[in-house]
Amino acid sequence: MARNLIDIVDLTTEEIDRLIEVAEDIIENPVKYQDACAHKQLATLFFEPSTRTRLSFESAMLGLGGSVLGFSSASSSSTAKGETVGDTVHTVSCYADIIAMRHPKEGAPYAAAQHCNIPIINAGDGGHCHPTQTLTDLLTIHRERGGLNNFTIGFCGDLKFGRTVHSLVNALSRYENINFVFISPEELKLPRYVKEEALKKKGIPYTQTTSLEEALPQLDVLYMTRVQKERFFNEEDYIRLKDSYILTPEKLVNAKSDLSILHPLPRVNEISVAVDQDPRAAYWRQVKNGKFIRMALILKLLGIEV
Amino acid sequence: MKEDLIIMNIDSIHDGVVLDHIQAGKSMEIYNYLHLDKLDCSVAIIKNARSARQGKKDIIKIDSPVELDLEVLGYIDPGITVNIIRDSELVEKKRLQLPTRLTNVIRCRNPRCITVSEPQLDAIFLLSDAEKRTYRCAYCETASDN
Repeated sequence: MARNLIDIVDLTTEEIDRLIEVAEDIIENPVKYQDACAHKQLATLFFEPSTRTRLSFESAMLGLGGSVLGFSSASSSSTAKGETVGDTVHTVSCYADIIAMRHPKEGAPYAAAQHCNIPIINAGDGGHCHPTQTLTDLLTIHRERGGLNNFTIGFCGDLKFGRTVHSLVNALSRYENINFVFISPEELKLPRYVKEEALKKKGIPYTQTTSLEEALPQLDVLYMTRVQKERFFNEEDYIRLKDSYILTPEKLVNAKSDLSILHPLPRVNEISVAVDQDPRAAYWRQVKNGKFIRMALILKLLGIEV
Repeated sequence: MKEDLIIMNIDSIHDGVVLDHIQAGKSMEIYNYLHLDKLDCSVAIIKNARSARQGKKDIIKIDSPVELDLEVLGYIDPGITVNIIRDSELVEKKRLQLPTRLTNVIRCRNPRCITVSEPQLDAIFLLSDAEKRTYRCAYCETASDN
C-alpha cells in the first residue's frame, strides 16, 4: 500500500526532522534536486479554491523536474456530475504518480486513500487537517529560531476552526520545553479534545487568554490566524467575531525584538500591511518555505533519495 | 443457589446462544442492533433478572446457532457474556471487550464529514479513549455520542 500523508500524526518525529533537513538542503543546493522527479507526474486535485497550497505543490514538483496535471475547482471535475471522491481518485491514479488533494469535506483524503495505490497528500480537508501547512510552519520556526525546542508560542485568532492551529499544536507537542499560549475570543477557543490529547495527556503546560496585548511581550513566536468565513454556518457569528484581533505596529512595540510572526495566509485584515515591513514578519518567508518542504515530502513519498 | 438463577420459567435452549449479564434495560437496544426481529426461531428477552453481581440484569436467549456481531455487542455493553449452547450443553463462554474498530455500527454526526455526503462509504470509528469509551470517526475524528 502506498505511503500517504493524511494527518501530521502519520509522520514520526524523526521523519519530520528528516524532512526539515532535506528541505534545508534543497534551499542550499537547489540544482542538486532539479531533475530528481524527472518523468514523474503530480496530480493536484483541488475541489475547493486555493492559491498558495496548489501553486506551491505545482512549483515544488516543477522544481524537482517533474510535471503536473489536475484541476482547481470541483466544478471543473466529474464531481459536478456526482462522482464520488473514491472514483475520481481511482481514475487519476491511472495517470499520475502522486496526488495532492484538497477537499471541503473532512476526511475526504482518508476516503480517497482507500481507493488508491499511489501516495496521497492531504492538502487540506475542510476544518480538519492541513499537514503540509504544519510542515511549512515547522520548517519556518526551525529556520527562524534555529531549532524546534525551548520557546514560547502564542496562537491567536480562530483556534476553534483553525485546522492549522490544531495540527501545529499536535506536532509541537512532541518537542521539548515549548510554552503554549492560546489567545482567542471565548467562542473560538481551542477545542477541548485538542488540549486533552495533545497537551494534557503529556503534561504540557498552556495558558489561555483573550488579550493579545497582554500575551505579546512573552512570545518568541506569534502564530496569527484568520477568522474563516467558510467555517461558519451563521454569517452573524462570523461578522461579530471577524475583527477580534488585528496586529498593528503599535501592538508590536512591547514584543520581543527576535519575535517571529507567522500566518498560514490568506489574511484578511488581522495583520495590518504596515507590519509587513517589520523584520519580525516571517509570513512571506513562510510562504517560500512551503515550496521547499513540499519538495522534500514529494521526494519522500515517491521514495526518491538524492 | 446459582448466582444467576432465573426464577421465571423459560424453556432451556438446545442449540443456540445466551447473552448473559446484559446491563439491565439494554436488552431491547441489543435486540434492535442485532436485528433479532429478523430471526424466525424463538427469542426470549428476560428483563430485570436477579443477579448477585449486577443486582439486576437482562438476558437474551436465542434458540438457533446464529452468528452474532460481537463487535456491536462489545460496543453496546462490553460486560456481556456470550454463552454458546450445543446439544443443551454450554460449549463456549465468550467475554467481550470494547472493540478497537467499529465498521458500520454508528454514523458520524459531523455534517462536514465526507461520510455524510457520501453515505455509501463504510462508517469507521476507532477507539480513542477506552476509559471514557470515546470513539472517533476515522475520517474526520469527530467523537461519537456515547
